[in-house]
Amino acid sequence: MAENFGILFQWLIFLGVAFVSIVASLLVITRKNPIHSALFMVLTLLCVAVLYVLLHSPFIAIVQVVVYAGAIVMLIVFVIMLLDLETELRSKLKIVYSKVIGGFVAALFLFGILYTVVAKSPTGQTGSYTPEKMAGNVKAVGEMLFTKYLFPFEIVSILLVAAIIGAVILSKKRT
Amino acid sequence: MWVVPTIPPALYLMLSGILFTIGVIGALTRRNAIVVFMCIELMLNAVNLTFITLSRFLQSMDGVIFAFFVMAVAAAEAAVGLAIFVMLYRSKETINVDEVNLLKW
Repeated sequence: MAENFGILFQWLIFLGVAFVSIVASLLVITRKNPIHSALFMVLTLLCVAVLYVLLHSPFIAIVQVVVYAGAIVMLIVFVIMLLDLETELRSKLKIVYSKVIGGFVAALFLFGILYTVVAKSPTGQTGSYTPEKMAGNVKAVGEMLFTKYLFPFEIVSILLVAAIIGAVILSKKRT
Repeated sequence: MWVVPTIPPALYLMLSGILFTIGVIGALTRRNAIVVFMCIELMLNAVNLTFITLSRFLQSMDGVIFAFFVMAVAAAEAAVGLAIFVMLYRSKETINVDEVNLLKW
């Protein structure tokens, strides 16, 4: 009985968070003011972080909150405030065709995704990381990252250094 | 006794697909480059959700690592992309994607 309540509670959290994330992401793409879009994007990202906790991945949930909702959105808001976008708000949208065509293509795309998901359940060899073993998620991620995926990890660090240098050079004032 | 079934992976995958589609619609229909950029982040996020879901239900750790790498790439993209927007605004006084045609001939 107790497990029943636990699973029911998980269902409630999942449905609520899914609903909020869909509504928030719709608001992201419909608000005129980019600051409002950025704030609703924070809400979407936090909802997805809750889903990661439901999926037994607390490490990724924390990284999501810190990196996405913290660093990236902060950077976006900072740039929006640096640029004077007041004129963008007043300019009328004249491209109706692109909205219709884009919406149609995206709806087709969604239909394809949903059909694939419903028609075929995920197959593949199940690994050794059972939910009990995933409880020590951070330790497992660290072990995997520094043994099997050591080389990609180093490549990512080079990529980040390149991004830092690129950002500095791009935003430097020309002399 | 009636037992409540656990949440099936298909629901997570559907939610991820819906979020991705919303990101696609935004990226195709908005003009402001920063909002387009935010929609791309939404799409990356939806893909991350798929990775974590499959990694949970196939009981493998590789999906988590890949989600981690996707986040690192998203951070790098944010740094460089926003620097490009600032530079674009300095030279063109606008960041509407349909008015930026420096590379068009």
